Amino acid sequence: MKYTVKKLITMAVTLFVVSFLVYGAFSLMAGDPATSMLGTQATPEKVEALREELGLNDPLAVQYFRWAAAFLKGDMGTSYSYQMPVSRMVGDKIPVTLTLTLLAFLMVAGTAIPLGIYTARHQGGPADRFICMLNQAVMAVPPFFSGILITLVFGRILRLFTPGGYISYKEDVGGFIGYMIFPALAVALPKAAMAAKLLRSSVLSEVRRDYVRTAYSRGGSSRQVFYRHILKNALIPVITFLGMALADMVAGSIIIEQVFSIPGLGRILLTSIANRDYPVVEAVIVCIAFIVILINLIVDIIYQWVDPRISAEV
Amino acid sequence: MHNLNMTAGSLITGFLLLAIITGIFYTPYDPEAMDASARFAGISLAHPMGCDNFGRDILSRILEGSRTTLAVALCTVAIGTVCGVLLGAFTGYYGGWLDEILMRINDALFAFPSLLLALTLIGLLGPGRSNMTAALGISFIPSFARIVRSEFLKNSKLDYVRSARLQGAGNLRIMFVHILPNTLPVLMSAVMIGFNNAVLAEAGMSYLGIGVQPPEPSLGRMLSEAQSYLFTAPGYALFPGLFIILMVLGFGLLGEGIAEKGGRHG
Repeated sequence: MKYTVKKLITMAVTLFVVSFLVYGAFSLMAGDPATSMLGTQATPEKVEALREELGLNDPLAVQYFRWAAAFLKGDMGTSYSYQMPVSRMVGDKIPVTLTLTLLAFLMVAGTAIPLGIYTARHQGGPADRFICMLNQAVMAVPPFFSGILITLVFGRILRLFTPGGYISYKEDVGGFIGYMIFPALAVALPKAAMAAKLLRSSVLSEVRRDYVRTAYSRGGSSRQVFYRHILKNALIPVITFLGMALADMVAGSIIIEQVFSIPGLGRILLTSIANRDYPVVEAVIVCIAFIVILINLIVDIIYQWVDPRISAEV
Repeated sequence: MHNLNMTAGSLITGFLLLAIITGIFYTPYDPEAMDASARFAGISLAHPMGCDNFGRDILSRILEGSRTTLAVALCTVAIGTVCGVLLGAFTGYYGGWLDEILMRINDALFAFPSLLLALTLIGLLGPGRSNMTAALGISFIPSFARIVRSEFLKNSKLDYVRSARLQGAGNLRIMFVHILPNTLPVLMSAVMIGFNNAVLAEAGMSYLGIGVQPPEPSLGRMLSEAQSYLFTAPGYALFPGLFIILMVLGFGLLGEGIAEKGGRHG
């Protein structure tokens, strides 16, 4: 309990630091929003009046807290380019990116753990050697290139999906998931290879530990010792990795969304970077950061549940 | 045991470097010269990898594009390493309140995927090659600083540092003449992983159109241009992709080889 509270506080602090840095950086670097909002009609008097109205003459800290309070209530400001509330532009994109990331995560966990267990138990065999080589190769393929290959093979040649034919989750959930499987696969492949490799080496280093010998000498069968003792300990670094991979995949899906023309957070981030639409850039980055920090928190809590020694150390 | 990773990594990286260096002095065609009669030309002796939608020779463009990718990766890793080593060395060696504050910020940034950090910086600075290099370089600093700091922290308590201090060596001398060489195996392995990530990040950013700008070729840009012609000219996408994979694989294997070597010697 104490551990969870401590982690919650860390999360709040991280969120504060990150959002403050993002807000501060954009306020200092992005130029005067009043001037850019007025465009060609900007006269010094009008700019000054608008600055006063927008509260831009207040100290940065005051502006930050006003912005953060509004953000928490769901008001993310107004887009420069589209003159509409940012929350309306960003809100329905979040489920898209989240679905993509979660599907990819399920693929990573679902393939890497069995593969890692299999290769570790059959270490040195032909299947192990083949899978290890395959892993090394898959790790080197950048997701956007495997995305292109997937489009070519599954989309154009096998015709399993229509490249660029994104189906909104609001129209057809089944079709949406069916389309998202392919981009998720592209995001998942390198991470799955890394996780399988990590689990294999983690199991192999646990096998030599004393507690394993003890478990055998107490009469445990090979299967029992493996699943009850070795695997439990070997999974701990893998869980850390999976948490980091999940956070990475949220960011990585920005690129994949472009490959498969998916209108998610990445799409909107890129167009607003190109248009210099800072309120949108800011909002999307803070949203992604929030998702990443939340994931880290969940991983920390799961971690403690898997390895009770951690909360004892606090 | 023979260090297979090291051998394979050196071979792949060596081959690529040779190709890229050759490309500085000689490319079969001008990478930016268009030839309408050679649009989507297939693989032939004249064009070993075919031609793109403007009839530009793909091999020549790949050679120049990999040079761009490599140059960006080199600068990125250099920024990350130099700043990371300085930050990590001072915080790890001296400790104190500065260390505490910097490491808290570092922790917050570490929880943040470096790709997102780079995108934030590009959002601030605007797209383009030099901005991308700066953004990627800065986004690499936290991880390097963290690795170097823990090495310096560990080493500063060892006997050889104490004896150097007894001999009257100054703090700076101890840090950079005595401790730094001892962190090299770990640092080199991190540099190789950094290279790996830099190549991937450069390709990704240029693919998204916020990195290297046309007409300058970059492997990532070529892939995004090729995507529209995937069915008509698959080679246009496959060859640049293959080059990225080889680069990443080469640096990855070298990194593992170095880590293996370092681990064996203690």
